[in-house]
Amino acid sequence: MQCILLIYTNEDAYRTMTQAQASEMTASYMAYAEAMSAAGVNVGGQRLRPVSTAATVRTTGGKTQVLDGPYADTKEQLGGYFIIDVPDMDAALSWAQRCPGAATGVVEVRPIWPMSEY
Amino acid sequence: MVDAASTAEVIARDSYARLLALLAARTGDVAAAEDALSDAFAAALADWPGRGIPDNPRAWLLAVARRKRIDAARRTQTVRAAADHLRLLADEQSSGAENAPPDHRLALMFVCAHPAIDEAVRAPLMLQTVLGLDAATIASAFLTAPATMGQRLVRAKLRIREAAIPFRVPDGSEMADRLQAVLDAIYAAFATGWTDPASADIRPGDLAREAIWLCQVLISLLPDEPEALGLLALMLYSEARRRARRSDAGDYVPLEMQPVADWDLAMINEAEALLRRAGTIARIGRYQLEAAVQSAHVARRRFSLPNWPAIFHLYDGLAALTGSPVVAINRAVALAECNGPGAGLAALAVLAEDKRLAEYQPYWAARASLLARTGERSEAQLAYQRAIGLEPDPAVRRFLQQRLAALG
Repeated sequence: MQCILLIYTNEDAYRTMTQAQASEMTASYMAYAEAMSAAGVNVGGQRLRPVSTAATVRTTGGKTQVLDGPYADTKEQLGGYFIIDVPDMDAALSWAQRCPGAATGVVEVRPIWPMSEY
Repeated sequence: MVDAASTAEVIARDSYARLLALLAARTGDVAAAEDALSDAFAAALADWPGRGIPDNPRAWLLAVARRKRIDAARRTQTVRAAADHLRLLADEQSSGAENAPPDHRLALMFVCAHPAIDEAVRAPLMLQTVLGLDAATIASAFLTAPATMGQRLVRAKLRIREAAIPFRVPDGSEMADRLQAVLDAIYAAFATGWTDPASADIRPGDLAREAIWLCQVLISLLPDEPEALGLLALMLYSEARRRARRSDAGDYVPLEMQPVADWDLAMINEAEALLRRAGTIARIGRYQLEAAVQSAHVARRRFSLPNWPAIFHLYDGLAALTGSPVVAINRAVALAECNGPGAGLAALAVLAEDKRLAEYQPYWAARASLLARTGERSEAQLAYQRAIGLEPDPAVRRFLQQRLAALG
């Protein structure tokens, strides 16, 4: 099964990090992604630019509204994701636990709903 | 003046398993017994503050729980099934003398670890039925979604009832295997399943203290089983070093660098006494060997060095006994301490084909540290990176990153 790991962390905490802390964090993510690749579970993943660069689009009754910022204004922001291919939810949770984001924020694990199973 | 809530709490802690085992033993319906018991505790909290705490609160709870369960049986079952069930209940009520009800806790533990119960759910089931922990707490400890854990527990209890797993303590030839399953479940509740890199330090999980308590209950009911004594010793050795695993700054401290002063020496002495007691029964097994390894590690408190040759021989014995790749890693590390890192690496190389190790951090951490010592720098870097990527604990991750940086 494929799952997406949605990584929510506090962007401000990242901005106030020292150079050394930031490179340690980056190295952790790289090692994590590589460990997943080596185990054959890594389908792909990306880091997202800060929520200040986000915009939301909503069309209601034929009228489109565009707003600055993320959909939900929360203490922690969606900052990146990984898609993994694992045997079951337990395996997905064990990879989520290893994600550096689990120690600095939260990692939401969502099974992907394949189109063939709609 | 003791208030009702705290009295109920004390009774819950001391007698939960006793009451539950008593309620479930005859009918085999653990879920119904849990419901009845939780109703009885709720009734106590409503009743005791006004009317005062009864003279024998445990008997009061048992009587209320039994009544609740009979009510529930009447409500939910067909007339015929209810009649059978009520006859069983009446039978049970008349057989147990109220003042000295039989203790079925040991039978309950064997039911939880019965071969008909899926191995992965045995420890969670024992934590819930014997200690009364809720599914959400258990789920986090076993890194499972709470809803999933809840379903697994419900299914396991259904299985106990439908397979009519008997509430009895196995005897004779059956005993050794069945006890092993109980001990394995307790140990699963204790450890996260990982030992720390290159130091044979067991990582206690969030429920380590609960597991120790389970084992103490087991030993109080089954005092002459050397493997049960060995398991308790093993867990106490590890628990005695809990504080020493972190520096004041929160950094990870591996076993070989822990100051002896940070170990709980009273707990270590207790573990040593248990291990000696197990030894007098002269029936060796996995947990006694593992405890003996820990004993050889803490020998450092007297002789300033761990007893590596002894550790190697013990792991050799364990490897022959269990065939476990985890043991093989620790054996290779011990071999490296005795005969040099090259010998350790050669012993690890045999494991390289094992697919399970692709996700097993201690393998990579051990390999990295041995490669660093033989001077194979780029191989060591790769192995450290794998270990870092697999490590969930940020403090250990930092430690591994420092080791990686130290390679230069």
